[in-house]
Amino acid sequence: MSEPGKPWDEGGPERLYTVSRGRAPQEPRHRPVELVSLIVARAEPEPGMAPEAAAVLRMCQFPLSVAEISAYLVLPVSTVTVLLTGLLRDDRVEARAPVPAAVLPDPELLQAVMHGLQNL
Amino acid sequence: MDYRTSEGIAGPRSEDTLPASAAAAVKVVIVGGFGVGKTTMVGSVSEIRPLTTEETMTQAGVGVDDIAGIERKTETTVAMDFGRISLNERLVLYLFGTPGQERFWFLWNGLFEGALGAVVLIDTRRLEVSFDAVGRLEERGVPFVVAVNAFPEAPVHPVAELRAAMDLPDSVPMIDCDARDRASSRDTLLALVRHLQSLHTVTPETP
Repeated sequence: MSEPGKPWDEGGPERLYTVSRGRAPQEPRHRPVELVSLIVARAEPEPGMAPEAAAVLRMCQFPLSVAEISAYLVLPVSTVTVLLTGLLRDDRVEARAPVPAAVLPDPELLQAVMHGLQNL
Repeated sequence: MDYRTSEGIAGPRSEDTLPASAAAAVKVVIVGGFGVGKTTMVGSVSEIRPLTTEETMTQAGVGVDDIAGIERKTETTVAMDFGRISLNERLVLYLFGTPGQERFWFLWNGLFEGALGAVVLIDTRRLEVSFDAVGRLEERGVPFVVAVNAFPEAPVHPVAELRAAMDLPDSVPMIDCDARDRASSRDTLLALVRHLQSLHTVTPETP
C-alpha cells in the first residue's frame, strides 16, 4: 500500500500523459484489455517508438499479462491499458482475452484449475 | 538476471516467461487487512516472485490544508501484489492480494470482473476488516471462502465462534491455513475451487 519510501512515479505525472499520448483510456472499436489479458507482440520495436511501447514489444515475445507489464514498466494499469490500446489498434500486439466471465465458472474450467493446483 | 529492454526497463527474467501456448488466464483475489498475510500467501504458491502493480485514485482533498480556498486534489496510490501459477500449457492463474477496507474498494471493479472467486484472509485478532470485505463480496455476488491465517501468537478460536462473530452463513467454507506454507496455501485455493464446484451442483437447473 502506498508505502512511504517506495514511490512509483519516478517519472512524474507528465510521463503518464506522454506514454498514453494524452488519450483517455478505452477507445471504441477494440475491446478494452483487462488485468489478466495476455499480451503477445506481433511486431519488432522500431526506432523512434516511445520507449515504453518498445519495451512492451520486447517483453511480450512470450505472453505476458497486463498486470505483469504494469509491474515491469512501473506504470499504473490504467496508463498501460491506454498504451496497449494504441499497440492493439496498430496490430503490433495481440491480446488473448481472459476466460469469459460468467455467473458461475464453467465446470470444465474448474476441473482444470483443480488439476493444476493439485500438481503444485 | 533481468534483461534490459528500452531505457533500462526490465522485462521478465527468462525463467519467468510463460510458454507461447498460454492462451487464457483466470484470477483469484485474496482480500484482507494490512499485515494479514496476503502477500505471504501469494508468494508461497506463486511460480514467480510476487510483482506489484499500482493504481492511482484522485480524490478531492479534505480541505484542511487548503490555500486561499483552492480545492486541492490528492492522489492516492494503492499497490497490489500478485503472483502467477501456470495450471497447464494453456491456462494461467493469477492471484491478486487486495486490501479489504472500504476506502480501497475503488480497486475492486476491474479486479473482480471475471474473477473465479475470492479468499478472505483473516487474522483472528483483527476481525473488523473482514466484516466490510465479506459484506461487500456478498453484495457483489462474488463466491468466497474464509481462511484463518495461523499466527503463532494469535488466540485460537473455535470455527463456530468465529462464524458467529463474522455472521458468516454455513454455506461459506471456513478453513485454517498457514499463509507461509505452500501446501497450506494451495489447499486454501483448492477449498475455494471445491466451493465453486459445489455452487454448481446446488444451482437448480430450472427456475
